[in-house]
Amino acid sequence: MGFQHFKNVTVKGIAACVPSNVFDNRKLSLLGNSDQIQKYIDTTGVVTRHLVNGRNLCSSDLCFHAAAKLLSELNWRPDEIDCLLFVSQTPDYIMPATACILQEKLGLAHECFAMDISLGCSGWIYGMAAIGALIQNGGFKKGLLLAGDTSTVTKSPKDKSTYPLFGDGGTATALEYTEGSSGLMVHTATDGKGYKAIIIPDGGFRNFYNPDSLKEVEYEDGIVRNNLQTSLDGPGVFVFAISKAPRSINGLLEHFDLDINKVDYFILHQANKILNERIRTKLRLPVEKVPYSIEEFGNTSSSSIPLTMVTRLRQQLTKGQCKLITCGFGVGLSWGTIYLETEKITCPELVLV
Amino acid sequence: MMEKFIDHFREALDASEGKEIRLEDRFRDYDEWDSLRYLSVIAMIDSEYDVIIETSEFKKIETVGGLIEEIGKRIKT
Amino acid sequence: MAYQKIENVRISGISACVPKTIVSNINSPVFLSAEDASKFISSTGIKERRIASSDICSSDLCYDAAEKLIGDLGWDRKEIDCLVFITQTPDYIVPATSCILQDRLGLSSECYSFDVTLGCSGWVYGVSIIGSLLSTGYFKKGLLLVGETTTKTKSPTDKSTFPLFGDAGTATCMEHSPKAPPMYFHTGTDGSKHQVIYIPDGAFRNPTTLQSLNSEEVEPGVTRNRLQYIMDGGAVFVFSITKPPQSIKILMENAAIANEEIDYYFLHQANKIMVEKICNKLKVPVEKAPTSYELFGNTSMSSIPLTMITSKRRELVNSRLNLIICGFGGGLSWATGNIITDRIVCPELIEI
Repeated sequence: MGFQHFKNVTVKGIAACVPSNVFDNRKLSLLGNSDQIQKYIDTTGVVTRHLVNGRNLCSSDLCFHAAAKLLSELNWRPDEIDCLLFVSQTPDYIMPATACILQEKLGLAHECFAMDISLGCSGWIYGMAAIGALIQNGGFKKGLLLAGDTSTVTKSPKDKSTYPLFGDGGTATALEYTEGSSGLMVHTATDGKGYKAIIIPDGGFRNFYNPDSLKEVEYEDGIVRNNLQTSLDGPGVFVFAISKAPRSINGLLEHFDLDINKVDYFILHQANKILNERIRTKLRLPVEKVPYSIEEFGNTSSSSIPLTMVTRLRQQLTKGQCKLITCGFGVGLSWGTIYLETEKITCPELVLV
Repeated sequence: MMEKFIDHFREALDASEGKEIRLEDRFRDYDEWDSLRYLSVIAMIDSEYDVIIETSEFKKIETVGGLIEEIGKRIKT
Repeated sequence: MAYQKIENVRISGISACVPKTIVSNINSPVFLSAEDASKFISSTGIKERRIASSDICSSDLCYDAAEKLIGDLGWDRKEIDCLVFITQTPDYIVPATSCILQDRLGLSSECYSFDVTLGCSGWVYGVSIIGSLLSTGYFKKGLLLVGETTTKTKSPTDKSTFPLFGDAGTATCMEHSPKAPPMYFHTGTDGSKHQVIYIPDGAFRNPTTLQSLNSEEVEPGVTRNRLQYIMDGGAVFVFSITKPPQSIKILMENAAIANEEIDYYFLHQANKIMVEKICNKLKVPVEKAPTSYELFGNTSMSSIPLTMITSKRRELVNSRLNLIICGFGGGLSWATGNIITDRIVCPELIEI
């Protein structure tokens, strides 16, 4: 239960794209005076974030730019792509699926399997597993996993518990059927009891949009939001993540008989520094094996793992072999870990739009 | 276990060594107590006792003694 | 390209759940005249539909279908390895509804659960996804929940859309089975026509504002707001009679299957004209394409499993059937499958 092994699947390249607008938390009056700002930055680790900031930029646009760059550097023809998965909780439309729109924008063939997956912080992990399942037997040879979110659009700028934490990003991961490769070793899990820990109350079909959805409510000083904006139970997520993430990683290593000391890097979803450090110390991982991108980009939801790989491990990924553990955890509650080995993959420089 | 817990607890609160901590104290009334200390305490209980107390359960605990009791229960199970 | 052969997986059972409330088209106030209503029924074949009340979501319909099916199959629900929930009407934007369903259904926390957004091609895509997840045997049991409260996205004052659709939720249980006959799939996408079926506001390209709720009269009998569904009927018709039959032909050629071998063609229940035209194109007698649109309307991605339950339940339970399944619609997206079912569990239709 919970474990899957998709053999014969390799990652050939990863690319990422963020909006060029940079916001600096050190200038954010929402956080209070300079001492309070410093305390926030020390706790969460978020100094700057990249935001779409009202521009007509969706997650799909960020993913598009990442994918276009990646396909060009990989020298893959768009019509060779057999499957396209778009993972996001900030899609273009309620319907149709954004993956269909991306099929056209990227010039992929009509004979392309395309669908959206709705998940957040665990989204890249789940998306990799889904695309691994599609490619593993060779029926599909090449696939693109696009994972991205414009999370900042769903956060109230008057809510200090959410707004300063998140950033926007879109990524593209190219996978190929490769006979004999060790593939993807996966652990995934779900606990729907925690579904209210991270939630947007209105806008779905349980509580559809109505004029009251846009009314702001002050929950406490510095926490003002409406029902179309994300509510985040920080402590609840902290407790969940420091328990489940290490267990998932250890469980995967044990199940597949992997030696933790032979893993080169552990790329964790960039939730917040204090939480991630807790996971690192629990697993007794040395600092140099656990890269962070949160100080520059904030928590970028489904794109955080590939974004961290592109911005912090580009040299290592492009020049040699890497043994990686990747772990995503968050909204749902949903979490998972993947062990994969890469060899000189294509990793363009970060794209800014 | 009680003494060790109190030491760990004092550390998680980032309180001075001289701070007196009694079993009957309502820890939320401490000057040091805030949302960050709450997270530190959760992390401490997890690392020292391998016990995770969920937010909903933690809310019901009022005193330092109550925390020790809850940990004790969970270690047994 | 877009062609999959999935081995070692079988469908164990299918169930469906619809709301109790029946709405008849003959007296529907959406039409401008009784004559209009008659004409509509005669061309689309859709006499009545089921409409969910405001407190029933797709997930509720799927939940009831799943509970019944798991019970009738005698499955230990803690053994279900994966849950895929396919809908365009989820409970929330965030979090994914599949997580909520994992808890409601009492599934294991080790269950791989996620939501997929797709339209009328959804169930066929879903069978291929769960099939891919189960084929190696790492995962042994999977639950595919496919459902839509599509009527909630339609304007009740839009005669071009409202009378066509109905609500339903379905559950399909699948398992790893080394001796199962292979399943074949062919899928396709054409995003250049994504505005042929869409909802303008409500997500992130055009975020919701107060103006989104303002109704506008597009033409007599067609009034809607920006959170309500728009369909270019003509473009959908042209698409439906070209891509799906083409896809079925390609699949049958690749899998070397002849028409005579197929017991039934379960086609997405868009309406009577579409189903008949597709049969004509395939040179297949209309009797080989069971229907459910008459009493349930177009139930979006649930339409194929719903039709299986309401029209061929006994045969599915008692016999081995060689089937072509074909879903097509919004995206534009389409998917065809060839599956063989062998005495599967099929509870009677559930109504809530």
